[in-house]
Amino acid sequence: MIEKQKNRRWRGASYFIALTLMIPVLVMLYAGINASNELFIHLWQTVLPDYIANTLILGVFVVLLSVIFGVISAAVIVHTNVVGKNALRWLLMLPLAMPAYLVAYLYTDMFDYAGPVQRALRAWFSWQSPSDYWFFDIRTLGGASVVIALVLFPYVYMLARTAFEQQDQNLLRASRLLGLSAKQSFYKVALPLARPAIAIAASLVLMETLADFATVQYFAVNTLTTAIYDTWLGYNDLASANALASILMLFILFAVVSEQRARAGQTYQSERPNKNHQLIKLTMIQQLFASGFCWLLVIAGFILPFILLLFMAWQYSNIAQLQALLPTGINSIKIAVWAASLTTFFALLLVLFQRLSHDRWRALPMNISGFGYAIPGTVLAMAMLATFAPIDHAINDVAKYFSLPTPGLVLSGSIFAIIFAYVVRFAAIANGTIDSGIKQIPKSIDYAPASLGVGLFTMLRKIHLPLLKSSIFVAWLLVFVEAMKELPAVLLLRPFNFETLSTQVYQLISDEMLEQGALGAILIVLLGLLPIIWLNRAKTGNGEEEV
Amino acid sequence: MLKKSKASKLVSKLICGVAVTLSFIASAAQEVNVYSYRQPFLVQPLFDQFTEQSGIKVNVVFAKKGMAERLAREGEYSPADILLTTDISRLIELYDRGLLQANHDKVLTDAIPAQYRAQDNSWFALTTRVRNIYSSKRLGVVEINYEDLADVKYQGRICTRSGKHAYTVALVASMIAEHGEADTLIWLEKFKANLARKPQGNDRGQVQAIHQGLCDISLGNSYYFGKMLKNEQQKIWADGVNINFPNQANRGAHVNISGMGLAKYSPNVDNAKKLMIFLVSEYAQQLYAETNMEYPVRVGVVPSKLVASWGEFKADSLPLEIIAKNRTLALKLIDKARFDL
Repeated sequence: MIEKQKNRRWRGASYFIALTLMIPVLVMLYAGINASNELFIHLWQTVLPDYIANTLILGVFVVLLSVIFGVISAAVIVHTNVVGKNALRWLLMLPLAMPAYLVAYLYTDMFDYAGPVQRALRAWFSWQSPSDYWFFDIRTLGGASVVIALVLFPYVYMLARTAFEQQDQNLLRASRLLGLSAKQSFYKVALPLARPAIAIAASLVLMETLADFATVQYFAVNTLTTAIYDTWLGYNDLASANALASILMLFILFAVVSEQRARAGQTYQSERPNKNHQLIKLTMIQQLFASGFCWLLVIAGFILPFILLLFMAWQYSNIAQLQALLPTGINSIKIAVWAASLTTFFALLLVLFQRLSHDRWRALPMNISGFGYAIPGTVLAMAMLATFAPIDHAINDVAKYFSLPTPGLVLSGSIFAIIFAYVVRFAAIANGTIDSGIKQIPKSIDYAPASLGVGLFTMLRKIHLPLLKSSIFVAWLLVFVEAMKELPAVLLLRPFNFETLSTQVYQLISDEMLEQGALGAILIVLLGLLPIIWLNRAKTGNGEEEV
Repeated sequence: MLKKSKASKLVSKLICGVAVTLSFIASAAQEVNVYSYRQPFLVQPLFDQFTEQSGIKVNVVFAKKGMAERLAREGEYSPADILLTTDISRLIELYDRGLLQANHDKVLTDAIPAQYRAQDNSWFALTTRVRNIYSSKRLGVVEINYEDLADVKYQGRICTRSGKHAYTVALVASMIAEHGEADTLIWLEKFKANLARKPQGNDRGQVQAIHQGLCDISLGNSYYFGKMLKNEQQKIWADGVNINFPNQANRGAHVNISGMGLAKYSPNVDNAKKLMIFLVSEYAQQLYAETNMEYPVRVGVVPSKLVASWGEFKADSLPLEIIAKNRTLALKLIDKARFDL
């Protein structure tokens, strides 16, 4: 635990970080005050109820599917003797590297009436028109939910797997001794123990889904984000757009907080982490099903879309294009590394403060710093503009006052602005991941060093950080991958002549030329994969520590 | 004492640094900054040519959503000189928010017909694009008006992209100007009832759907037809349709523009004006027409051969400002008709 003086400094730092990250969110809330009633009434009378219904259904479906996909695959990998699990273990993370809007584009293209799948079926069975046969419509809520869940489930998978792996196996053994079957003990012991991790992952999935615009647009599904963009760009009413975005954010937070309340008071740490797994032995048929399920996720979430991209790149790209893309790729990596490192560092600070401080409100800085993830990217980028512009103006006004030459815009349209936006947006991911990791560490450990006279930082360095190592890695990785894919903030906040892979790909997609952008998309995916693979190798290298 | 001298050293260093930076900026003044709603790769060849001719470097930042907001927020310190847009409404939005300044250069006003520039010369069109109706060759030659999209004879035979898309909204805005609010809503509702599937995908996707027999009629911008014809995979889709210029017997086909404006606080006004003059030059207009298959606005510059082969057409002479003015109402009607749902 932290002694008083250090606590004060740490508290100061935590609140400073949290409030800084909150500024754009507050700016958005404030800008929403001037929303027009008239426009709300119009929207309410026409389309808004449908949008809200769609938003709710989409949120529930995607979260449910992601949890089903993620928890089952994590359980199979950790608790069973399924064949090929060493490969599946990291393959299941790969869909994360796929930008959701790309997968949406590829799948809607592939499965709609004019797409190759239905064309082939028509040719095969000599069907002539839509009335000759039934085929599912990809551009529906259902289609959108499945495809979005396919790229987001790895959040659940990664956090659930880490939780399963760090559980005290003695508890499972005890439950078996008390007469539960392997299956029962999984449901009654392992799963409830992993609930905080699963809940954190599910809330990340929910935020990402509901704040999304581009992906659902490919599915012709209208959600609250549709209303936000219509209000802003169509009705030219930015205030009302901000108000709608604020409502969406509060709604998401409400869902997240209710879940937290529902399990308040329950504690989950095991006192003796014990990693000697006793695997559930599956029969051949069961193994076939289990590994089939995991492979299906890997294929649908990663391999198939990746092959489609390769195919397009093969047809439309050349070496010169690849060379031209390299500096762009370096830009992407630079800002992603900065964003991931800063976000992870801040998250560590905030999570440890929450854990070690005696303050009544010690969780507050961590919780409020994660709001940015529940806001649609472009709306957040607009709030960034509104945050930086007054500062820039003030700097120039001061310069003018002292008759110095004005420096122009220092913050707006700078790399700094982009990285700041990323930290605001992805703080929730890093906070959640590290928080879920620290929840697995027994609290008694926090007290032990003090009683032995060891200082706070020695304790952190020798005990907490090593125990958190895998969570820190995962947090960094998740933010890095997200930052590689991120589009709206970098598009709107960047300086002149600054391209990243995602802006490059977007340019082409927005002119209806995904084929030409395939090469850039492949680079986004491959560069996003590098840390996943590196992480996996680093981990298998030292045996007992697993990520 | 020591501290103070350290501090003053730091300040002098800082001032020095700022001065050096500023002199660097001043020496690098041979440049012009463009905020573009238009994909850079479409205009890059033009910029390259401009730089070669004038020695002025062109810096570009491209975005679709929020560019006006960025410009407005940056205010008097904005580095932007030129704004490029792909839709009249965006141009008028910049104008309405007071983010543009007039440029009365005679070269510009002579080159661009009055219909395609602001009355006070604060924005100029660079190209026009038609909102065409594509029809399946199965239908043979058709004479078609936008009004016919509501005709019951096309029930279940029409495909289109989202009603919320800027191109659709602009078309609806022009319908309001012609028929008034009430009739336009009825038209929208009947049009929606005729759709083969809910609005989705992009302009090329609709032609693909016609090729596959899902529908017979679609809305699409003119240049996509050219782009599809030049694309190996998509040529077969375009080959299955005729490109029609609607309303030729009456008010003419709806056209939208891509355009430019001079930023109000442009720091490099002279260079910006040079770029504007370059963009309406015969050479640039020709290049625009050839590479992007749009219609050049400059009088006397002809469209590319392929585009010209689609025939002459009559364009709706409705002032573009009215289309922009009706935009909000158009969107309201689209919501009322629940067009996308």
